[in-house]
Amino acid sequence: MESSANLAAMGHEVTLLEKSDQLGGHLLGWEKLFPTMRLGKDVVEFLDKGVKLANVNVLKNVDVIDARKNGKVFNVKLADGKSFESDAVIVATGYDVFDARKKEEYGYGIYDNVVTSAELEEMFLSGKPLVNAQGKTPKKIGIVHCVGSRDEKVGNVYCSKVCCVTAVKQSIEIKEKIHDAEVYCYYMDLRMFGMHFETLYKQAQEKHAVNFIRGRLSEACENMDGSILVKVEDTLAGRPMRMSVDMLVLMVGMVPSEGTKKIGAMLGMNFGPNGFFKCQDQHTMTTVSNVPGVFFAGCCMAPRTINNVFADARAAALMTANYLEGYEIEKRIVLN
Amino acid sequence: MKDFGYTLSNDRQLDFDKGDRRIAAYVKEHEPSFNVCFACGTCTATCSAGNFTEMNLRRMFTMVKRGYVSEIRKEIAQCMLCGKCSLACPRGVNTRNVIMKINQALELYPL
Repeated sequence: MESSANLAAMGHEVTLLEKSDQLGGHLLGWEKLFPTMRLGKDVVEFLDKGVKLANVNVLKNVDVIDARKNGKVFNVKLADGKSFESDAVIVATGYDVFDARKKEEYGYGIYDNVVTSAELEEMFLSGKPLVNAQGKTPKKIGIVHCVGSRDEKVGNVYCSKVCCVTAVKQSIEIKEKIHDAEVYCYYMDLRMFGMHFETLYKQAQEKHAVNFIRGRLSEACENMDGSILVKVEDTLAGRPMRMSVDMLVLMVGMVPSEGTKKIGAMLGMNFGPNGFFKCQDQHTMTTVSNVPGVFFAGCCMAPRTINNVFADARAAALMTANYLEGYEIEKRIVLN
Repeated sequence: MKDFGYTLSNDRQLDFDKGDRRIAAYVKEHEPSFNVCFACGTCTATCSAGNFTEMNLRRMFTMVKRGYVSEIRKEIAQCMLCGKCSLACPRGVNTRNVIMKINQALELYPL
């Protein structure tokens, strides 16, 4: 959305292809955003305004069945029979949420009181009181970091970047809704890399008394009453520990989306070792693909924060505009 | 009974649900900076008592939070209340006062 708004603002004719019936992607599923707790829909509104202000041609419910480069022109075909020609393409196919069922030992899809961070966010968005599967207000809530991230057993060795601070954010939100709840985060490292993330983390400890337990869950199972028994090493105590929680939230990471795989294959784009798009240079050409005229932005290239995605989107728009003027950034490639 | 030479090992697991967290609650109420400890171990590295005895302040704090206080009774007695740990703490935890509050709570809730 941001790339299209900027390119259109520069005077280019832009068509935005959206697979769902609404623009905004995953952002639509977030109530509040870290670290400021501003509403996700505000950011969507900003993007919407950009698209409308620059008169971007928007097509929704689109299924791309073919996209290929013929000479210097790209031909894109849709399932409904429509087809387009374009001089350049920006791919912004985003991410999919890690399928938590692959971590079977955590019991997602098996025990009713194990939910994902995305589902918790949906509960926040619904505005309804937070209850567990038995309809009761949970008093003890466990939050598991790095589910589907930093885990060779599920094939994802990378860090998903946003889950740590999301866990802190959601812990605070839980405490704001249920004042006497106890929240326990099970973490390996807390990666508070953003400017105000560390402050948010301290706020969670200081103001909301959120507990942080350093250790990765080995397994979770269900007690007779439906609560969840977790097993974890309390690595700071140097002892294995077991504890019951009324609800267990899994901080699911980002994986390359189906759309990324599909469009990338159609256009002949290179993929990196983790299945995200491979850029031409990790430092200097992050939004440039191996196919001249194809650029990308956002979580199709790596796990990203919203701030990162905006920077990517504008960078991709600029690279695209330059390409359309005949500027060959490939000539600047320095092999490393 | 005939001795076959086998013994039973005690369970080393911390059972959080059975922990007694009255002391942790007392300390959190009277010295709230106890909450913000991020277990870096600076206190333990600078601790004079810890250099010569088994005392480990960082682990003691963890055990109090988990409700396993009986295990630290002997350990906490090694502390000389010199306060070096408070000077060193990067998080602003009043560690010296935390220790005093733990001691007070231990008298309030004898195990």
